[in-house]
Amino acid sequence: MGKLQRILALAVLAISPVLQSAYAETPQEKGRAIAEETDRRDLGWGDSDVVMSMILRNAEGESSVRELRLRSLEVPERGVGDKSITVFDKPRDIEGTAFLSHTKILDPDDQWLYLPALKRVKRISSKNKSGPFVGSEFAYEDLVSQEVDRYDYTWLRDENCGEAAPTRECFVVERKPLYEHSGYTKQVSWVDKQDYQPRKTEFYDRKDALLKTLLQLDYKQYQGQYWRTHRMDMTNHQTGKSTTLTFEDYSFKVGLSEGDFEKNRLKRVR
Amino acid sequence: MISGVRIAAAGLCLAAGALPALAKEPNIETSLELGMELRLFPNDPAFGLQRDRAVSPSFYLEPEISADWNGGDDRLTLVPFARVDRDDDSRTHVDLREANWLHIGDGYDLVIGADKVFWGVTESRHLVDIVNQSDGVEDVDLEDKLGQPMVQLAVPSDLGTFSLFVMPYFRERTFPDADARLSGGVRVDDDAQYDSDAEEFHPDLAVRWSQVIGDFDVGLSHFHGTSREPRLLALDPANPSNLTPYYDQIDQTGLDLQYTTDAWLWKLEAIGRGGHGDYFPAAVAGFEYTLFGVRGSDMDLGFLAEYQYDGRDEDSSAPGTLANNDTFIGTRLTFNDVDDTSLLAGAVVDNEDGSTLLSLEAERRIGDDWKVEAVARFFLNADSENGLKALERDDFVSLTLIRYF
Repeated sequence: MGKLQRILALAVLAISPVLQSAYAETPQEKGRAIAEETDRRDLGWGDSDVVMSMILRNAEGESSVRELRLRSLEVPERGVGDKSITVFDKPRDIEGTAFLSHTKILDPDDQWLYLPALKRVKRISSKNKSGPFVGSEFAYEDLVSQEVDRYDYTWLRDENCGEAAPTRECFVVERKPLYEHSGYTKQVSWVDKQDYQPRKTEFYDRKDALLKTLLQLDYKQYQGQYWRTHRMDMTNHQTGKSTTLTFEDYSFKVGLSEGDFEKNRLKRVR
Repeated sequence: MISGVRIAAAGLCLAAGALPALAKEPNIETSLELGMELRLFPNDPAFGLQRDRAVSPSFYLEPEISADWNGGDDRLTLVPFARVDRDDDSRTHVDLREANWLHIGDGYDLVIGADKVFWGVTESRHLVDIVNQSDGVEDVDLEDKLGQPMVQLAVPSDLGTFSLFVMPYFRERTFPDADARLSGGVRVDDDAQYDSDAEEFHPDLAVRWSQVIGDFDVGLSHFHGTSREPRLLALDPANPSNLTPYYDQIDQTGLDLQYTTDAWLWKLEAIGRGGHGDYFPAAVAGFEYTLFGVRGSDMDLGFLAEYQYDGRDEDSSAPGTLANNDTFIGTRLTFNDVDDTSLLAGAVVDNEDGSTLLSLEAERRIGDDWKVEAVARFFLNADSENGLKALERDDFVSLTLIRYF
């Protein structure tokens, strides 16, 4: 290295903190930008229908199965969350039970439950975000639509995506829930650099101890744009229980509208 | 306009193309629920004619057959029900819980045939719920309903859902056999009398509006027709325990309201009824509060309290009620486990004479296709003037094993 080059290099080093603060992203900005990009790439999916099955396993290896259908509607306004109806087919004693959710960003969601034996629609409290969803290792808050503004983000590092996608590079982003009554202090997500889809998420409980790990597998792209996972493996490290949630093929733009997600429609859902 | 039609048609084609290949129409589904029940009566009966059996077995069958087409917008549903009870000839009965055609049209839903409709929000008493007759032999809580023949039109709109019900045929309430438990020692005549000359063919009408306004769920309804509650008249001078049900023509306006905030559900049901003596109001108001994830577990613990008021005349011009000035307190434990285990315990206490109905309801699934239910009802501290007196020796525990096919 010549003398002049050395001086130049020193000069660059000297002003680099100034450059960083003026032009480079902070880890917070970078984390949020990644979430925004994931969201942007998914805009316009409209509405969808999918058949799901859940296998619940306890620490002794005993398993039980749930079959359900999920119908979702994208609400384009940034300040309003998406809407969904979940209908249960199995186990048989809860067949026909349906769950309607109008997701909010930070306010409590609006939720109704339809009980077919009584033909009764009940408005229920949505405070129960961290409770188990039908006895599984998924909490309600793990399954609702992932609105960007529900979290604060911090980019941590870049690294290999790990077991869910060993050949891919990921952003590792920490996110902290801003909505009330979350069961988590934070989540750490591995977001694929190529398609901006999450491959793995770690959930930390209220004592900041690692509670669960979620692997999102078998991604497929629909309509040339929208990526959807077809297998989610959630493992609870504290109880040894796990739940596998699998999705059959999605149908997009099936013609659902706001009216199909009204409370009074719930008792007509089949 | 034309382009709109084209877009719609293109949309339909896309939607049809997107349907999974397995959607063959009509889509027919069948299922069967089979229940085996044992009712245990620890006390001897109060009335001489009642059979003294400590254990009463029964079983029921409830098949369901449905067929849908037009992507689910047309649906036929058939749900017959039958129970065979060893010790109560009236409880051995059949019913068509549902036998209807549902059509979901453009901006309306239409149901023609026998159906079940529930209105209301409270837990301890269902004041507003009036469309279906109670199947009184099933349980003393009157929550089991007989299928009601009707034409039901519902029109959803931005201003709420407006519904119209025309009910051309009336169903009489079922009562336990006189020599069975829980009969109160009376024989209720099969041959009912009616206020209307058209008797059970009087066309009953109801309208309802319901809407969600932020955290409030509100419903307003009006019913004009045959009262689902009969007056029980002692018309047989030779035997005053032979009673004849008499069904009056009534007008009932109802309001149901729930305010949901945080872990609180605040509930109100209120009615005004004309046709049973003087026009009277009645109401149930209270709350349900839930502690989610008690002590770091997955369990939810709920606390319920409701006040029941009923302003009806306490002479023979209106059917009797237990809920004239009573308080319900209860607790609900939901385990949120794999087997959906839950427990509801509650007591309705008469504020004037202390007569108490204590109830316990528990259920859990076993494996994928079985379920057990336990119900216990105890009639405590029954005052001689209270309607509970007639049941005070009929405390029971019911255990039901259900198999789903």
